Amino acid sequence: MLLNALLLALREIRRNLMRSFLTVLGIVIGVAAVITMVTLGNGATRMVSEQIASLGSNLLMMRPGQRLGPGRDSAGAPNFKLADVDAVAQQINGLQAVAPVVGSAVTLVAGARNWSSTVSGTTNAYLIAGNWKLATGRAFSDDEEVAGKAVCIIGNTVRKELFGSQSPLGNAIRVKTFDCEVIGVLAAKGQGAMGMDQDDTVLLPLRTAQRRLTGNLDVSTLMISLRDGIDSTQAMAQIRSLMRERRKLADNAEDNFNLMDTRQIAETLSGTIGTMTALLGAVAAVSLLVGGIGIMNIMLVSVTERTREIGIRLAIGALENEVLLQFLIEAVVLSALGGLLGITLAFFACLGLSGVMSMPFLFNPSINMTAFLFSAAIGVVFGYVPARRAARLDPIEALRHE
Amino acid sequence: MSSAGEPLIALHGITKTYGQGEAAFQALQGVDLTIDAGEFVAVMGPSGSGKSTAMNLLGCLDTPSAGEYLFRGIHVERLDRNQRALLRRNCLGFVFQGFNLLARTSARENVELPLLYRGEAAAERHRAAGAALAKVGLEGWEHHTPAELSGGQQQRVAIARAIVTSPLVLLADEPTGNLDSKRSHEIMELLAALNREQGITVIMVTHEPDMAAYARRIVHFVDGLVAQDGATEAGACC
Ligand SMILES: Nc1ncnc2c1ncn2[C@@H]1O[C@H](COP(=O)(O)OP(=O)(O)OP(=O)(O)O)[C@@H](O)[C@H]1O
Ligand SMILES: [Mg+2]
Repeated sequence: MLLNALLLALREIRRNLMRSFLTVLGIVIGVAAVITMVTLGNGATRMVSEQIASLGSNLLMMRPGQRLGPGRDSAGAPNFKLADVDAVAQQINGLQAVAPVVGSAVTLVAGARNWSSTVSGTTNAYLIAGNWKLATGRAFSDDEEVAGKAVCIIGNTVRKELFGSQSPLGNAIRVKTFDCEVIGVLAAKGQGAMGMDQDDTVLLPLRTAQRRLTGNLDVSTLMISLRDGIDSTQAMAQIRSLMRERRKLADNAEDNFNLMDTRQIAETLSGTIGTMTALLGAVAAVSLLVGGIGIMNIMLVSVTERTREIGIRLAIGALENEVLLQFLIEAVVLSALGGLLGITLAFFACLGLSGVMSMPFLFNPSINMTAFLFSAAIGVVFGYVPARRAARLDPIEALRHE
Repeated sequence: MSSAGEPLIALHGITKTYGQGEAAFQALQGVDLTIDAGEFVAVMGPSGSGKSTAMNLLGCLDTPSAGEYLFRGIHVERLDRNQRALLRRNCLGFVFQGFNLLARTSARENVELPLLYRGEAAAERHRAAGAALAKVGLEGWEHHTPAELSGGQQQRVAIARAIVTSPLVLLADEPTGNLDSKRSHEIMELLAALNREQGITVIMVTHEPDMAAYARRIVHFVDGLVAQDGATEAGACC
């Protein structure tokens, strides 16, 4: 009986290729859309959370000026002094590292190649605060930091652009007017939370940068990393009041510096991406639903024809259960086929798209399963329920159906 | 189950009412009819007199509103759906007024279908379907679908499907309604031969006295009742 029903079901699918194709198509589109959206969303979220992890422990950035972002008014706000750095490092508890930074965008030259990058003058504390590892070479020595020697540590992108496959250690890079020796290469981190390349960087000893690039003893940014388990809100409040005091701000004056928690920013960003994922998922769920409605439509449109078919089968001696089994198998085969095609399509779509968007491709079994089961359920229910109604009629009623 | 002398088919006071309340219409108003095994019966009567309704009841395609239907002594009106389906499968062949073939399905597959539900092996199905199609003069048309066949050819496929299982009873509702007179006579010869040679009981609805003349007994329906029931010349002579 099962074999017969299978045979009949397969015959019926082959015989009604257009109807079968449309049913399958509805499922394929629905399943593929949901899986692709959700998988890409997951990939984006993962990418951001990896970036957050690469920031290391809680990292605070302090800059002069009132607010963050383009057009901020830093004209009236004085830079920080080295004494500020020491004060923060000594008077605030729970800090892991405090790195003073002065930055400047310059063109670098090594041999015949050149590359535009950002040069930061800083101390070894920067490596701790930014969670940087050295791929090769070494950090600055005390002597180099104190004397402001012409040495540098370069990011992976700079290494690639200037030295290609050669070892950069011991070679010289021309930074503006002076040559400095490469003593280390940072381990690659990849893209930052804002999409910029974190590896496109060159580090000089603070003194070297102050003397040869900025020409003053100011510090433009403080990178402050907190020890694990330290509450950033509290630490920020302490730093803020210390700095207000040191900058002699009146009680009613606004801060002329700003302090931000990079992890907070990244987390906000990842939250936003999570929301986007949910939104895309919702859109995709709608498309799954539309696919489902398409399937229902096809199934219901063919009910008249199928009811007559059922009447004929019953009239020539088929049992109700035999007819139902056939229809059930038909519905299951079509839905499963559609589901599998949808999953395959989604797999390659995700693979391609995450490659293009340089995101990790995370295969998500549960969404694959959910989308598959949902559409399969629609296919089966709407293929089977009308058939069941028809198979319960007297044959003559089914034959008369219009 | 069937004792000697018991009729193959016996209807007692069968009624069939369509619709309900105001719109109710009694198409059969208490039909009594007995048919013995091996008979060849023509059912005649004006349009709307309930011939098709009676045939559907005889073919277990429909259920009567009241009355008794005994098939070899079995109370058909007491059978459940599956038992009636098995009765159709094993004992009855039905030719519909409107063919009722499966669309987009070849003549052979249509004819094989009843055998498939009987669980016959593929080779046997193939052979029997070929033989049945040959019997109705459709060799070479096995692979045509209903849409590729004329009305008369479709009717013959339907007859082949009804006789492929060698049923006890062949019920045919206007089997020649769509055929020219030459083809009609061929079909009648075929039914007569099945009746004569295989002992299949044939019950056939027709409007044409020519065709009814092949039968040995004619039952006249008028307004949902059997108005006249008697032997034909073919029946009387033997
Ligand atoms: N499904 C139905 N619902 C309501 N009335 C019906 C139905 N089927 C048949 N009838 C009515 O029952 C009566 C008998 O119909 P039936 O089909 O048995 O006639 P018939 O003798 O076969 O006629 P014809 O020679 O035209 O085929 C008719 O008046 C018809 O209108
Ligand atoms: Mg009729």
